[in-house]
Amino acid sequence: MAIQFFIPHQISLEVYRGALDWLMIIAGFTMVLGIGSLIIHHTNKLKHQGEGWGYSVVTLLGLVVMAIAGVRGMGIDTPFMQIFIYAQNPIQATMFSLLAFFIASAAYRAFRARSFVATLLLLAAIIVMIGRVPIGAKIWPPIRDISNWLLDYPNMVAKRAIVLGVGLGMISTALKIILGIERSYLGGGK
Amino acid sequence: MNIYEKMMSIDRRILFVLIALSVIIPLLKPLLLPINVTKEAKHLYEFVDELKPGDVVLLSLDYDPSTMAECHPMALSILRQCFSRGIKVIVTSLARPEGLGTAEMALTQAAKEYRKKNGEDYVFLGYKPNAAAVVLAMGENFRLAFPNDFYGSDLENIPMIKGLKNYKNIRIVVTVSGSAIIDTWVIYAGGRYGVPIGAGVTAVMATDYYKYLQSGQLVGLLGGLKGAAEYEKLIKHPDMATKGMDGQNIAHLMIVFFIIIGNIGYFLGKKAKASKGMGG
Amino acid sequence: MNKKLQTRDKGCLRWWILPLAALIFLLALGGGVWAQSPGDTLPPSPPSGVTAFDTPNDAGRNITIDWQLSPDDVRGGKTVKGYDILRSESQEGEFEVVGSVVAGISTFQDDKVDNHKGYFYKVKAKDHLFSESEIVGPVETSGQWYNTNRTVVLIFVVLFTTLVIYFVSSAKKGKKLYVRPIPGMDAVDEAVGRATEMGRPILYILGLSTISDVATIASLTILGRVAKKVAEFQSKLIVPCYDPIVMTVAQEVVKNAYLDAGRPDAYDESNIWFLSQSQFAYAAGVNGIMLRERTATNFYLGMFYAESLILAETGNIAGSIQIAGTDAVVQLPFFITSCDYTLIGEEFYAASAYLSREPKLLGSIKAQDWGKLGLITLIILGGFFASLHIDAFVNLFTVGH
Repeated sequence: MAIQFFIPHQISLEVYRGALDWLMIIAGFTMVLGIGSLIIHHTNKLKHQGEGWGYSVVTLLGLVVMAIAGVRGMGIDTPFMQIFIYAQNPIQATMFSLLAFFIASAAYRAFRARSFVATLLLLAAIIVMIGRVPIGAKIWPPIRDISNWLLDYPNMVAKRAIVLGVGLGMISTALKIILGIERSYLGGGK
Repeated sequence: MNIYEKMMSIDRRILFVLIALSVIIPLLKPLLLPINVTKEAKHLYEFVDELKPGDVVLLSLDYDPSTMAECHPMALSILRQCFSRGIKVIVTSLARPEGLGTAEMALTQAAKEYRKKNGEDYVFLGYKPNAAAVVLAMGENFRLAFPNDFYGSDLENIPMIKGLKNYKNIRIVVTVSGSAIIDTWVIYAGGRYGVPIGAGVTAVMATDYYKYLQSGQLVGLLGGLKGAAEYEKLIKHPDMATKGMDGQNIAHLMIVFFIIIGNIGYFLGKKAKASKGMGG
Repeated sequence: MNKKLQTRDKGCLRWWILPLAALIFLLALGGGVWAQSPGDTLPPSPPSGVTAFDTPNDAGRNITIDWQLSPDDVRGGKTVKGYDILRSESQEGEFEVVGSVVAGISTFQDDKVDNHKGYFYKVKAKDHLFSESEIVGPVETSGQWYNTNRTVVLIFVVLFTTLVIYFVSSAKKGKKLYVRPIPGMDAVDEAVGRATEMGRPILYILGLSTISDVATIASLTILGRVAKKVAEFQSKLIVPCYDPIVMTVAQEVVKNAYLDAGRPDAYDESNIWFLSQSQFAYAAGVNGIMLRERTATNFYLGMFYAESLILAETGNIAGSIQIAGTDAVVQLPFFITSCDYTLIGEEFYAASAYLSREPKLLGSIKAQDWGKLGLITLIILGGFFASLHIDAFVNLFTVGH
C-alpha cells in the first residue's frame, strides 16, 4: 500500500483493489474467531461456576437470541431491530452518559491549583467550560471569544505538536516492523 | 475531619446526584436560552444550502447508540435540510455494525417527514467492515464497495444511483461520527479524491478537528449537542438538541462550582494546617 | 373556349404563387429575426488555443482538454451558454459529443477513452447557434508509473528511513545513545511488584483498535515486555481484547513472554480472551473485571475513544495504580486527570525501546528526534517566509492528488 501510493498505473491500481477486497473479506471472517473465543470463555466459566457465572448465561443467551432474530431479517419492524432500538440503544446510551458523571468527579478531584501549571490548566478548563455553552455569553459576553481563542491557538498548537511527534513515532514503529528491527509483537522474543 | 477536608473529599455519589438534577430539572422546566451559531456550523450549512435540487450528497452516519444523543440530531437536521431542498442523499454507515440501526432510524424518520422515496430521493447503502477500504473503493466506484443497497436491490436497478459512479458525482460528503473515522474520510476521500468533506462529531472530539478546518480540509464542523442545536436553529427546525442545551448549560456551571469548592477547601485547608503547625 | 380558360387559369395561378411565396419567405425570415435577440444573427466566436493531453499522474484512460474561452463568453457580450467537447478517432471522421460544460469553464476531462489509441478533439461554443474550434490531435493516453505530485512525500520518507537506518546501525556498532527518563515506564516494575505483594492481578488493555493500527502494534510490543515481568514476579495478567485478531496475537505474545521468563507452566490462555467488539459493552465488561477482581495495576496502552474516562475513573474507584499511553490526543486529558502516569504521544511509541533498552530500538528513537528537529526548522522557516508573504517556500511542500 505504501508503494502503491506513488504509482498511479493501472496494474498498481488492480493490485490495490484486490488488496481492498481481501481486507473486507478477512475483516468479516475475524468475527468467527471472536465469537468462538467468547463462547469458549463463558462456557468454561459456567462449567466451573466461576465468580459472576450468571452474567455468562446472559451473554450467551443474548448472543443466541440476536443471532436467531437477525437471521429472520433486519428491517425496521423486525424483532432484531426492535431489540436493538429498545434494549441495546438505551443500554449503550446509558454507558456513554456515565461520562457526564465521571467528568464531574474527575474534574473535582484533579483540578486543584497545586502548582503554576495546574492553576493554568484549571483556569483554562473553567473558561472553556463556561465559554462553550450559551449561558457563558449571558454571564460574561467576552468569555466566548476567549474560549474560542484558547481552542484555536494554544490548544491547536499543543495538539499539532503532539500529532507531529505521533506521526514520526508511527512512521518509526512501522519502519521498525517492516525492517524486522522490532519483533516482540510476533511473540518471538529478540 | 474538618470542614476543609470535607470540602476536598465530597463523596462522588453526591456529585453524581447533583449532576443528574442539573440535567433533569431544565428538561422539565426549559430555560429557553438563546443559541449562538458558530462560523464552523454556518459554513457547513451554507455549503449545503447552495446546492441545487438534484445534486447528490453522501451522508455517512458513522455513529452508534452510545453517541446517539449528540450525533442523531445532527443527522436528522442535515437530512431535513437536504430533503427540503430536493437534494438527493446517499447514506452509509461505516464505523460499526450497530450504527446501521441508528442510521436507518434517522433516514426513515426524515424521509417520512418530507415524503421522500427510497431509490428516487435517497439510497441507503448500509454497512461494510474496514472503513478505510470502503472509502477508498467508493472513490473508484460505489459498486465496488456496495454491489447492492441495504435492502438487497442491485445498484444498477436503482434509478437515483444509476448515473452515479464515484465521488466525482457527489457535491459533498458529510460524516456524522463519534469516532476517528473522520480522519479516514478527510485523508482518503478528501485528500485522495478531492471531494469536499463536512463533519459532525461529539463535543469531546470537536477540538481535535479544528486543525482540518483551518487547513481547509473540512468545509464545516458541528461539535456536540451545541453543534446540533446550532444546525437546528439554522434550518429553523428546533428539536432534541435545542431542548438538551439547557441541561448542558446548568451541568457545566455545576462542574465549575465543584472545582471552585474543591479548590477553596484545598487552599483554606492548607492555610489552616500551616497556622496549626505554627501555633502548635 | 376551355383551352383559353385553362391557359388564363394557369396564367392566373402563376402570378399569385410567386408573390405568395415571396411573402411567406419574408415572413419566415422576419419571424426568425424576431425570434432571435435583436442583432444576434451570428454564432458566438469559437474558443481558441485548444490543447488536449494525457492527464498526468493517473492510471490512464483520461484525456484533459483545455481551451481559451470564447471572446463572447463575457458579461455584456454575446451570451455563450456553454461548450460541447467533441471527439473522433480520425481527423476526417464523425465527431461525437463526449461532454458539456457551462460557460466560464475552460477545461474538461474525458474518462471514456482507451489507452494507446489516438483521439482528435474540437470544442464547440454554443448559444442558439454554435461555432467550432480547430481540431487538435491525435492524442493518446496511458498510465503513469510514478505520481510526480507526491515527490515531496517520497523525499521525506526516504530521508527519514535513512535516518532510522543510520542510527540503528550506529547503535549496533556500540554507540551509546541517551534517552530521557519516562516516568510511566520507570513505574512498570513498581506497579507489577505492587500487584504481586497485594496478591491481585494486573489488567492490560490493548486499546479499541484493530491490528492494522500502529498504536495496537506498539501496545503489543509493550505487552510482551510487561508479560515477561509479570511472569518473573509470578503474578496474574488479565488481557480482555476488543478485536479477535488482536486477541490471537496477544495470546502468542504473552505465551512467548512466559516462555522467555522460564515459566511456561504459569501461562493461562483463558486470561486473554475476546470480550466484545462494541465500544461501551467492552467498557462495561472491563469495569466489571476491575471491580470484581480488584486489579492492583491497570495498563491502558493503545487507541482509545470516549470510553477512556469511564475505564480510568472506574480504575481510580477500585484503587488501582494506572499507567496509560495513547496517541489519541483527544483522550490524553482524561487519562492525565485519572491515571498515575500517562505516556503522551510518541512516548508511547518509545516505550518498547525504553523497556528493553535494546540499542537497535533506541537508535530509532534518535532518528525520531532528528526528524522532529528537521520539522521544527522547516516550521520556523515556513512561518518566517509566510510572514514576508513569500509563498514559494510553502508551495514547495504542496502534495497534489
